[in-house]
Amino acid sequence: MIAKMINNFLDTDIGYSFKKSKIAISSTVVFLIIVFASLLAGIVAPYNPFDPASISLMDAFTPPIWVEGSNINFILGTDQQGRDMLSTMIYGSRISLTVGFASIIFAMILGVSLGVTSGYLGGRYEIVVMRFTDVQLTIPSILMALLVDGIARGFISKSLHNDMAIYVLILAIGISEWPQFARVTRAATLVEKNKEYILASKIIGLSNLVIMFKHILPNILRPVLVIATIGLSQAIITESTLSFLGVGFPPTNPSLGTLIRFGNNFLFSGEWWITFFPAIFLVVLALSINLLGDWMRDALNPKLKSR
Amino acid sequence: MINYFLKRLIQSVLVMLIVAFVSFSLFNFVGDPVHNMVGQEASTEKREEIREKLGLNDPVYTQFFRFVGNSSKGEFGLSYQLRRPVSDLISERLPATLELVFVSALIAIISGVVFGVYTGINREGYLSNFILIISLFGVSLPTFVIGILFIYLFSVILGILPSFGRGEVIHLGFWSTGFLTLSGLKALILPSVTLSLFQMTYIIRLVRAEMMEILQTDYIKFARARGIKNNIINYRHALKNGLIPVITITGINVGTLIAFSIITETVFQWPGMGLLFINAVQFVDIPIMSAYLIMVAFIFVMINFIVDIAYYFIDPRIRFKEEAVTE
Amino acid sequence: MSFLDIKDLDIEYQTRKETIEAGKNVSFSLERGEIIGIVGESGSGKSTVANAIINLIDKPGKITNGSIKLDGIEFCNNENIVQSVRGKKIGFIFQDPQTSLNPLFKIKDQLIETIQTHLKLNHNDAEKKSIDLLREVGIENPEKRINEYPHQFSGGMRQRVVIALAISCEPDLIIADEPTTALDVSIQFKILKLLKQLTIKRNLGVIIITHDMGVIAETTDRVVVMRLGKIVEQGKTTEILSNPQSIECKSLVMSVPPTNKKIDRFKLLNPEGKQVTNSSINLTNSIIKNWGVREINNKKLLDFINVTKIFDDNAIISTKKSENKIKALDRVSFQIFEGESFGLVGESGSGKSTIAKIVSSLISPTSGEVYFENVSLHDPKNKLIKNKFRGQIQMIFQDPYSSLNPRFKVKNIIAEPIKFFQKNIGSDLINKNVNDLIDIVGMSRQSLERYPHEFSGGQRQRISIARALATRPRLLICDEPTSALDVSIQAQVLNLLKDLQDQLNLTILFISHDLPVIRQMCDRTTVLKNGIVCETAETENIFNKPKHPYTKELLNLMPKIESVV
Repeated sequence: MIAKMINNFLDTDIGYSFKKSKIAISSTVVFLIIVFASLLAGIVAPYNPFDPASISLMDAFTPPIWVEGSNINFILGTDQQGRDMLSTMIYGSRISLTVGFASIIFAMILGVSLGVTSGYLGGRYEIVVMRFTDVQLTIPSILMALLVDGIARGFISKSLHNDMAIYVLILAIGISEWPQFARVTRAATLVEKNKEYILASKIIGLSNLVIMFKHILPNILRPVLVIATIGLSQAIITESTLSFLGVGFPPTNPSLGTLIRFGNNFLFSGEWWITFFPAIFLVVLALSINLLGDWMRDALNPKLKSR
Repeated sequence: MINYFLKRLIQSVLVMLIVAFVSFSLFNFVGDPVHNMVGQEASTEKREEIREKLGLNDPVYTQFFRFVGNSSKGEFGLSYQLRRPVSDLISERLPATLELVFVSALIAIISGVVFGVYTGINREGYLSNFILIISLFGVSLPTFVIGILFIYLFSVILGILPSFGRGEVIHLGFWSTGFLTLSGLKALILPSVTLSLFQMTYIIRLVRAEMMEILQTDYIKFARARGIKNNIINYRHALKNGLIPVITITGINVGTLIAFSIITETVFQWPGMGLLFINAVQFVDIPIMSAYLIMVAFIFVMINFIVDIAYYFIDPRIRFKEEAVTE
Repeated sequence: MSFLDIKDLDIEYQTRKETIEAGKNVSFSLERGEIIGIVGESGSGKSTVANAIINLIDKPGKITNGSIKLDGIEFCNNENIVQSVRGKKIGFIFQDPQTSLNPLFKIKDQLIETIQTHLKLNHNDAEKKSIDLLREVGIENPEKRINEYPHQFSGGMRQRVVIALAISCEPDLIIADEPTTALDVSIQFKILKLLKQLTIKRNLGVIIITHDMGVIAETTDRVVVMRLGKIVEQGKTTEILSNPQSIECKSLVMSVPPTNKKIDRFKLLNPEGKQVTNSSINLTNSIIKNWGVREINNKKLLDFINVTKIFDDNAIISTKKSENKIKALDRVSFQIFEGESFGLVGESGSGKSTIAKIVSSLISPTSGEVYFENVSLHDPKNKLIKNKFRGQIQMIFQDPYSSLNPRFKVKNIIAEPIKFFQKNIGSDLINKNVNDLIDIVGMSRQSLERYPHEFSGGQRQRISIARALATRPRLLICDEPTSALDVSIQAQVLNLLKDLQDQLNLTILFISHDLPVIRQMCDRTTVLKNGIVCETAETENIFNKPKHPYTKELLNLMPKIESVV
């Protein structure tokens, strides 16, 4: 059945342009590989880097296999504690992806509901929601996330904060991303609202709730998808930035950003791989999502005629 | 016209008040200010004394007004961690950040617009595709990765540019500038390019999308039908229409740069407000956090206000709202 | 050698599935001082041919063959020559005056720039010429208005500016692509008159593209009829319209609503040229029994009394200033009796859409009352009363492309109102109802499983009608139901509505700006201007013995196909 759905998808206009675009296909493939690898981290990663029994300080600072002094057991080398780079990266990407997806889904649910309801119902409610959106949109997401994180730190003690880091981060990044969903959905709702099939539904007497979520929502999903995809890569980058700055994931549960942060200390002493590989991994992840999002935006845009 | 500005001014003041309120709440309700100031050992009487002195027993709105009054004068109290007046800390660090942001903004906007227009008009061709690929990387590379990369390349391997600090600075009154010394300028290069990269690519994509959409409109088609040359259509007609959204973007742009400067300052150990803020977040140094919030909000609001004024003069549809005379 | 000679023009569009021939073997010629019309329905290729002449076809279309000669100079597909000729020898007028002018440049700058591109004049002389041009196209006070921006002009004025721009460099050929379609009838008349004057005064050759046969009759000397990219007939306008030879042309001429008499049904031709005699709807006796023959007792169904509607700006703080308030309706009154077809006619801004929205309870009147079967629809004390009558008043809309939810299958679109009003109805009964309805509007049962985008405009309107009938309404409001349709499709849909009214005894409120259509469809009519009732009478009396000066003016200005027959 999934095969049939995929087949149907590939038959449509969008599916056609997907097939034609090598970039879209390759970036999707790369992205899916990373996602599956991190989901199945336990199986895919050669080691579990968080099991104290499996690491030994003797293995620390081993370079990747194409450099002298390497060890065949650690393909990409080890870090300052002797943990295998490849494994830490896979586990780290799991955290980054989890935070990314969760925060975007949170932002999407919040933003889309507010956007649709404010666009459709109008009045004072719309004005208030829009003010919030506008004001928050002038604040860059990093700052917003930092703010929420900072406030959370004030309320939660330090050790508890480390454990709760993932929830705080999802909340912080989710809050920083919802306005763009709200703005786009509201604009799309305003356009749909005046279309005649909505008027017909009103004349029949359908309730506002039914009209908003059964009639309008399915028709405005396209731009939401584009923003969600690009927002996902933004969320991942934001999380890694926060971790890099020291206000994200702690070293006990490192994300890619935390790994880069600590690897940075060894850059000058020559152990470049400790920071480089997580950085490259992060970039590849973000790049593949962005490419997919870019292709999606062009494919779903009715205004850009074909060349 | 006055109406338009007045409305905007009132909105700005409103936003500042809201920010002030959030900032004030931070101060009073997150953690205990007294605890943070005197630590665990102080006796209860000492605490009461300090509470009275700080006016913490007054009703909330009195405290809020006092807070607003103090903030407008630039008094934000003492840093919990460094025990120095926050206003001093900020005035020491402000020039560093502002200079960095200014140079980055210049780079981002100029190259962003130029490349954006070029790729919007010339949709095919090697140069266009090259710029677009670079822009894609720019959006996918987190700023700190770019910073680390640059440091590695130019400081560690090539050794031609410094990897941290501002270099020599010259003090002019309360301002310290790095523009006037060679080492100051050298130190500025890597951080400003790093900071501008993300914004530049964002602007390139935006301007490009705008240009492409405008070039498909009816009025451009009509201009072509009247025989107006392509160059004039591209660089006079389309450009003028395309630059309007860029002005709004510029406004938001500077705001984002200030935010991202936090990252850049951390990577390059640049002694600006961003570094100050990050340290404050890590140590929950509320006075600095709330002061930073207000300062940054003020800069944002001011820039938005200027952008609104600029918009008024550039878009005739706002200026002349009176509609048509019927036949 | 003619002034303009087009021979064997072929234009193709490559899509991913196939190659579309937008123009095939197109050949015609034009002399100076002559106005030729290219007429056809949507998809006929008329606009494409016009764009091809100045080589501005939208990608991915391209000219694959043919010759275009102006005064003997060949410039088909030759961008260099065409570039030099655009604006200087050929002036082009686009359809939509709202989007044709760059909003950021003053009229003066746009004019001077165009003039200086082709003529060697200095700035001052160019400005003088611009002012003269504006005066020539009928803009008053040109010295002052030249410094204004496009949005400060009304639609008709903007089109005059567009014409000024098109003739500014003294071209010999003018191509006007649907120049008046977006304008009201009275303004349309003036613009066409202007074009005729300019043709004579400047000895121009003019091509007018339009879908409106009345415009063709009144403006053009010769006409080219196109269908699906091919020319089906061409010749003198008087001959083509009074005695069309080809089946397509005959069908087209027969579908145009007559302005001078009322006919029972539009005559339709099938593709072989034989007249279609059956009605398209499929009503068995059982359906008629179900869907309700109601007794016609001529009682008052709808009473619209002294309704005023004022729209304001929705500001948070409402000020006393009235500058932002629009009075859409001013003490409008009329009655509709059961079984009749009542018309509302007026130009844009007359308030007809507002009336439709008030009757269907989408918005409330500011003052005045609306009674349906003697019950007030907008009683502020009883807001829920509206819901009681929701099923009894239904509406069909103007734009077939936005009146159906693109994500719903046709059967669900039609079933939704049924399910809403009869919450416990079983799915068998729903299916039966839906099947009946799709039969009633003359479409196949297979349509039920498809999505709206698979259907043409006319078919979508039929689906809309099916949806509207699903709740067995007493009153059907038709808000410009055929204004967006091709003339031959319009004829079919209007026939369908008449059939439905006859068989199901529907009461219809028919709203349109198109006078001939009103004449064919309505028993009684109200004429509206700027929210005020000018005249209400039997339709035939409105046309034969108009009383109000505005009615008389509208009748005078309306383009009549009979003017040449």
